[in-house]
Amino acid sequence: MSDPVLIWSYLAQEPLLWLTATLLAYLGGDAVSRGLGRASWANPVLIAVILLAVLLGVTGTDYATYFEGAQFVHFMLGPATVALALPLYDNLPRVRRAALPMLAGLLAGSGVAVVSALLIARGFGIEGSVLASLAPKSTTAPVAIGIAEQLGGQPTLTAALVLLTGIFGAIVVTPLLNALKIRDWRARGFAVGVAAHGIGTARAFQVNATAGAFSGIGMGLNAVLTAIIAPVALRLMGG
Amino acid sequence: MIRTLALILTFQLAGEITSRGLGLPLPGPVVGLIALVLACILRPALAEAIRPTTTGLLSHLSLFFVPAGVGIVAHWDLLRDQGLGLAVALMGSTLLAIAAGAWAFTAVARLTGSEEREALRDQGRE
Repeated sequence: MSDPVLIWSYLAQEPLLWLTATLLAYLGGDAVSRGLGRASWANPVLIAVILLAVLLGVTGTDYATYFEGAQFVHFMLGPATVALALPLYDNLPRVRRAALPMLAGLLAGSGVAVVSALLIARGFGIEGSVLASLAPKSTTAPVAIGIAEQLGGQPTLTAALVLLTGIFGAIVVTPLLNALKIRDWRARGFAVGVAAHGIGTARAFQVNATAGAFSGIGMGLNAVLTAIIAPVALRLMGG
Repeated sequence: MIRTLALILTFQLAGEITSRGLGLPLPGPVVGLIALVLACILRPALAEAIRPTTTGLLSHLSLFFVPAGVGIVAHWDLLRDQGLGLAVALMGSTLLAIAAGAWAFTAVARLTGSEEREALRDQGRE
């Protein structure tokens, strides 16, 4: 029988281990979320991230090694974004009818996301590159990183802030909009797509197909508008 | 399934080339998304051909964010330095943005008469 240390040192070098761990952690998170009736606080991404973070800590594995395996899953973000074309196509007549409400929701959601984040952070004395990293945090990750780099932000910090925003948005959207008595699935999905990008959209698809379709559109439109708003807002606030 | 994946990757690739080639503010996959919607409008049979695989992909959209999410742990030191301010800014602005977006959407839907009865959430469900 082989030495378990040898087996481990082999596995630690191969993508197989962390690819498998990522899929199992997600299935675990998804099962918990399903078991709790898709309760908003039991977010599958959050549960999977915590499980994997603990596993990395216990095994003393660094993120770069983990990502060697997990990059295959990460890569699928791009194709999944393209796949949002289908729900958008299916809902095209409804999207056309909702053009004006979407425009209003986009301007309000996108503007408030950028301006309020900068104002609050400034109130806490945050400035410079950290402020620039925060400005595009409601935008989908690849766009947010591009915007932050242009503004003099830190790409890695931006990526972490984008992910945290998405998870937080996905958790609060249901109780928040219930409390505000917003019953229109189109508005609920669109708003969470604008404020919390793909993770918000994933949540919207779990709850309602119409909300998911409108959330995907909100995410795409916000990517464009934030690229325009964020530099102006940051300059106005002396960042 | 492989045909659909190949098609989706082709649209993503075309989107990536267009986005970088023209210096668009949109990332490649979003350009690919728009192009695929246009392709489905031109050929409705395409939408039906890609439906099974596409629906499968989207039902596990959460999975694809997990590797990047684990990256939060890798950047923990950066986050901890400005912890409180960043946390309040992030949570506060996200709550405000969701509320503002949803409110503006419904208010304008009411004003322009573009409300949809079938898009309303059943009371007492979920």
